[in-house]
Amino acid sequence: MNIVVCVKQVPDTATERKLRSDDKTLDRDAVDGVVNELDEYAVEEALKLKEAHGGEVTVLSMGPGKATETIRKALAMGADKAVHLSDDALHGSDALSTSYAMAQALKKIGFDLVILGSESTDARTGVLAAMLAERLGTPQLTLANKVDVDGSSIAIQRLTDYGFDRVEATLPAVVSVVEKINEPRYPSFKGIMAAKKKPVETLGIADADIAADQVGLDAAWSEVVDFAAAPPRAAGTIVKDEGDGGAKAAEFLASKKFI
Amino acid sequence: MSEILVLVEQLDGEVKKVTLELLTLARGLGTPAAVWAGPGLTDGAKAKLAEYGAEKIYVASSADVVDHVVAPKAELLAQLVADKSPAAVLVAATAEGKEVAGRLAVKTDSGVITDAVGLGEGFVADQSIFGGGVNVRSRVRKGTPIVAVRPNSTAPEPAAGAGAEEEVSLTLSEAAKAARVVERVKQEKGARPELTEAAIVVSGGRGVGSAENFSVIEGLADALGAAVGASRAATDAGWYPHQFQVGQTGKTVSPQLYIAAGISGAIQHRAGMQTAKTIVAINKDPEAPIFELADYGVVGDLHQVVPQLTEEVTKRK
Repeated sequence: MNIVVCVKQVPDTATERKLRSDDKTLDRDAVDGVVNELDEYAVEEALKLKEAHGGEVTVLSMGPGKATETIRKALAMGADKAVHLSDDALHGSDALSTSYAMAQALKKIGFDLVILGSESTDARTGVLAAMLAERLGTPQLTLANKVDVDGSSIAIQRLTDYGFDRVEATLPAVVSVVEKINEPRYPSFKGIMAAKKKPVETLGIADADIAADQVGLDAAWSEVVDFAAAPPRAAGTIVKDEGDGGAKAAEFLASKKFI
Repeated sequence: MSEILVLVEQLDGEVKKVTLELLTLARGLGTPAAVWAGPGLTDGAKAKLAEYGAEKIYVASSADVVDHVVAPKAELLAQLVADKSPAAVLVAATAEGKEVAGRLAVKTDSGVITDAVGLGEGFVADQSIFGGGVNVRSRVRKGTPIVAVRPNSTAPEPAAGAGAEEEVSLTLSEAAKAARVVERVKQEKGARPELTEAAIVVSGGRGVGSAENFSVIEGLADALGAAVGASRAATDAGWYPHQFQVGQTGKTVSPQLYIAAGISGAIQHRAGMQTAKTIVAINKDPEAPIFELADYGVVGDLHQVVPQLTEEVTKRK
């Protein structure tokens, strides 16, 4: 089975994240990049499926040069090879552009299964997997907390507000995974060393047949009008519990008409 | 005024509160038209949608619409966008709502904005990003604006609409039927409101100490008619099911009142609750960052404070 796992480098959520004042995009230079947490579950799931069914795991990441750190981590976990979609023309791409560029790259790579995290911790749109399924014309098996493959059949448990749905389809398919679907492995020393020798192919937009007028900030379908730091919340009242903390909290709730 | 399509969220024929909020928002910007995807539109649901201002209710009643993942709903909305030329399409910013919005954006070559917490003239949307640290105003600049709006972004207000039902004849593509829902498993949720929709959320964290002790959190939640949430520390420890996790990698909630008990308030958690209108924190550690957000904080042991609060709430009812 030919599995492509999509990973994104995102700013470490422990650092202060900012928008750039010039083009209102995320300032990626100012912060440390880490692997998007939910994508680690995607990599783990891809590796488990490969271990069970054979095949190959290819990492696909779109992002600036720095994203190679993230690619190396996925390779160190055990993926076989990687494709880094990187081009200055992609800077500022919104979800529509990103899904278009990723879909073009996926068509070029070829796949039986595409796996990605259900959302990124930076933009948090949660739309990419659905958009990829739409663009690739493949079944959408998203928000999975369980994935089973049997020959060309695939079944997932899709998390819903009321519990979950059992969903079935035929490969090729696009799968997104949620937290806790598995326990992502830590790269071993051997894995880290091996990752340095694994092939990473860099694709520019022309290499992946991506039209320049469909990507980047100028092509974006939506735009930031303006932004500002959220005003700090007004300092609240903090009391020490002297045996009456619950009663005092109740008084506060009553003063706000919650009770 | 132009129509604004509102995709209805419902469970077992009951219209969810977020849909009433979207109809309320839509009324300020155009003429709301509700879109009911799938079978099960009851007279009660119709009356509810009309009560909150739906002039029309478009219905695609085939079971095929809900028996396949997301794609049919996007096809239904795309057809309505083509036929009715609405000014905008609003969906709830639930995980599935955002997926519908994403596919619809691709189909109609339109921009999409997710997780709006407000929507104004020209469909300029307010968003709160980076864990609540930055407020952004965004707008769609190509196609029909598609906006996924978070629950609790506005208070639902009734204002009667005609609620005229119109069946939509929809022929789904084969591609839209590729992912088949073969079984729906409804987990027992009891009488509590849904986490993302609830007006009040009571969450427990590391300080709760064990799975059994979550009954303290549940007790307060039930006294307030609230939903129960949990921090990642609590779900990682297996004390509470993962689907109730509030935070960066869990659910984002925006309730009127958020009570955090035994939660320190790491960024992981704050990202999921910082837009709550009023925040109350109960924690043993006076230095816990959650107190920086709190409108009211009690420094103390939640095992003493929460049961007392529950008792007071019950007394005052």
